[in-house]
Amino acid sequence: MTDTTLLCASGVCKRYGSGDGLVRAVDGVDLAVAPGETLSVMGPSGCGKSTLLHILGGLDRPSAGQVWLAGNRLDEMGERGLARLRRDAVGFVFQAFHLMDELTAIENVELPALLAGRSPRAARHRATELLDRIGLADRAKFLPSALSGGQRQRVAIARALANEPLVVLADEPTGNLDSEATLDVLRLFGSLHEAGQTLIIVTHDSRIAATADRLVSMRDGVLVDETRLTGGSTGSLGALAGLEG
Amino acid sequence: MGRVLLVGRLVAGNLRRRPVEAGLLMLAIVAATATLTIGLILNGVTSQPYLRTRAVTAGPDVVASVSPTFGGPGSGVVTPSSGGPAKPAPPDVAALTALEHAPGVTGSSGPYPLTWVTMQAHGLTVAAEVEGRGQASTQVDRPRLTAGSWLRPGGVVIERAFAQALGVGPGDSVTLNGRSFRVAGVAVTAAFSPYPQICAEGCFISGHLPGNDPGLVWASESAAKSLASSNEPVTYYLNLKLANPASADAFVNARNSAAPAAPFLVSWQQISEADGKLVANEQRILLIGSWLLGLLAVASVAVLVGGRMADQTRRVGLVKAVGGTPGLVAGVLLAEYLVLALIAAGVGLVAGWLTAPLLANLGSGLLGAAAAPSLTLSRVLAVLTVALLVAVLATLVPAVRAARTSTVHALADVARPPRRRGWLIALSARLPVPLLLGLRVAARRPRRAVLTTISVAITISGIVAVLCAHAVFDQGFGVTNASGLTNPRTSRLSDVMLVLTIMLATLAAVNAIFITWATALDARHTSALTRALGATSDQVIAGLAAAQSIPVLVGTLLGIPGGIGLFSAVRDGATMGYPPAWWLILLVLGTMAVAALLTAITARIGVRRPIAEILQAELA
Repeated sequence: MTDTTLLCASGVCKRYGSGDGLVRAVDGVDLAVAPGETLSVMGPSGCGKSTLLHILGGLDRPSAGQVWLAGNRLDEMGERGLARLRRDAVGFVFQAFHLMDELTAIENVELPALLAGRSPRAARHRATELLDRIGLADRAKFLPSALSGGQRQRVAIARALANEPLVVLADEPTGNLDSEATLDVLRLFGSLHEAGQTLIIVTHDSRIAATADRLVSMRDGVLVDETRLTGGSTGSLGALAGLEG
Repeated sequence: MGRVLLVGRLVAGNLRRRPVEAGLLMLAIVAATATLTIGLILNGVTSQPYLRTRAVTAGPDVVASVSPTFGGPGSGVVTPSSGGPAKPAPPDVAALTALEHAPGVTGSSGPYPLTWVTMQAHGLTVAAEVEGRGQASTQVDRPRLTAGSWLRPGGVVIERAFAQALGVGPGDSVTLNGRSFRVAGVAVTAAFSPYPQICAEGCFISGHLPGNDPGLVWASESAAKSLASSNEPVTYYLNLKLANPASADAFVNARNSAAPAAPFLVSWQQISEADGKLVANEQRILLIGSWLLGLLAVASVAVLVGGRMADQTRRVGLVKAVGGTPGLVAGVLLAEYLVLALIAAGVGLVAGWLTAPLLANLGSGLLGAAAAPSLTLSRVLAVLTVALLVAVLATLVPAVRAARTSTVHALADVARPPRRRGWLIALSARLPVPLLLGLRVAARRPRRAVLTTISVAITISGIVAVLCAHAVFDQGFGVTNASGLTNPRTSRLSDVMLVLTIMLATLAAVNAIFITWATALDARHTSALTRALGATSDQVIAGLAAAQSIPVLVGTLLGIPGGIGLFSAVRDGATMGYPPAWWLILLVLGTMAVAALLTAITARIGVRRPIAEILQAELA
């Protein structure tokens, strides 16, 4: 791992079962992500990209290999250390949003800050700021059930940013969204990228993948291709993604 | 027919998938139904040992007595007041012997002199009632020897329950008012209730004797008379046989009078009833205990069914997706629990039937034990009805809710939307992380929290009621009396209450496991998400423990006055007692610790599953 690498995976494997039933969900993946970079991981369903993302974010442990994040070796870390790392250094965005149904938008956004031990006032201030940034300040007191899919995903992104993470990991963030909502989310990712936020986006949609700085393709648990994209997310996202007229 | 077969297959499949839950559920219903069975069948079995003893010992139909007159016999223990006459008037023996010629009397024995003394044996100092008897056999009341021989010079015979409490037998030495006697034998009689019930029909003893529960000792007539003192003058007893023993109560009622010098009469039915008082208390305690256990069983089943529904949502969706009607879904759930309830009720009936004779045995003071009482159809139906009611009450709402669940939602395994309590969420934001999580988990399912509170309150009420009873025992009605002598009555009650307490605590623990498991299951997604956002497993476990602790604490605090009220309501005129504060403090702390431990264990099992797997499962 070098000084220019924020996140690094080396020979990462994830296997389930044994004998004839052995499944290699991730099979010897090497990957390095620089600070501020937006990386897309693309591949068909079941190719192991979500599993890889979970390993990179400390949600799951590799069967073999090493994972480093900001100088910390995740694969050797205890459960408590991983929790601390997820809290302070990683922000997750899920396809199914995973907002808490009984909490309002602002309560969902402030939750990671409260878990990190921030004062209720500071947590609320940060959440208000983030909701304002994603354009949902007027929906702060709404329950998730009263928000559209795109709005829910934007709230989830705001929640991922609550503790100013080093990296945001997004797992099919537009998988449940219509075109317009997808565009909103992509614009938000674009603004994050411009602000220097490191992003790893897992998707099976090539139009989304095309918005990244770099694209890696995965098949059967193995990285099969890597492409550096010149336009990246600094271009017109909607146009690149083919979502605008 | 095909529909019944399908329901049967689905029920069998469900039971096979969750054998431990089925076992715990059955345990809850077995405990409730067994206790109820014992309580119901104890009624009416108590007279059997007395009747047998009465037959073997030629027991009297009426026992009459006359006492010196400075108080009224028949009103319990009478202590002469300090301001009373210095020397009491002698008993009116002529009035007593006149009863031998009363209409309907066909035989008699006595009158026998009787007095009360201080007795010492094996280092214990107790009160004893000494009845003077001859060596010859009598027509009425022939005490049956169970060990040793009948009276001989310098010897005494001791009533069997009293002898056992003292730990004496033939050959041992005892002292009566300081005079030494050798125990010649041990015997039983139907003329008096066995120790410690001997004064159940009234005794005439002074406050100079140790304790209020004398035991019976037979000595020669001359010895009995010589043991009398100015404090304990001689009283005379006469045993009567009637032509129609069933009329004894009427005979007694017609002749008992309020005049202090008049003979005081007691019928054999009254003695039998006094013998049965012990079991009557046990019966009352068991019936109350069975209701408490029944309520706990309802809570167990309700939580279990609710928890299983959370776990079976997708299965319900599948059944509906392949054509299962809402009625079929509800039918499967109801049938599953009704079958378990019926099996458990059967086991409970048999267990209660086999256990009842042990509790119905009136002890060593009588011959023989109560035979295994028959299970009448009405009792069987009562127990089965209670078991089925438990199952239906607890299952109906979840079954109907499952039947009405949208198939699409069920297939997607969407959990019921949680409740939102805005003020609780705002309050929890100011608390440490475990309390923040705990309060929010508790607020999500208020009905479950209420169920926990009720379950704990019932258990603690039962335990506090038992503690109240023990507090009364400790005030002088104890398992051992002031002399250190074992009191078989309170000892047996204490044993029954201990068993009930253990059963209540066991069921409460089962409930705690059910509730925690259901809570952990319901909160699995929230817990996984919270962990993904940075909470540690320990914080999540502590949060679940906190979520349980709040209703447990409320239930415990409600259970304390509940238990005191329960004891007050069922004590039936007995002394009221309150457990010391430190017992209650220990009870609260112990309950909280046990609940926290059980929750922590269950929750730790719940958080073992990887976060990613749980979150991914929501998408599957």
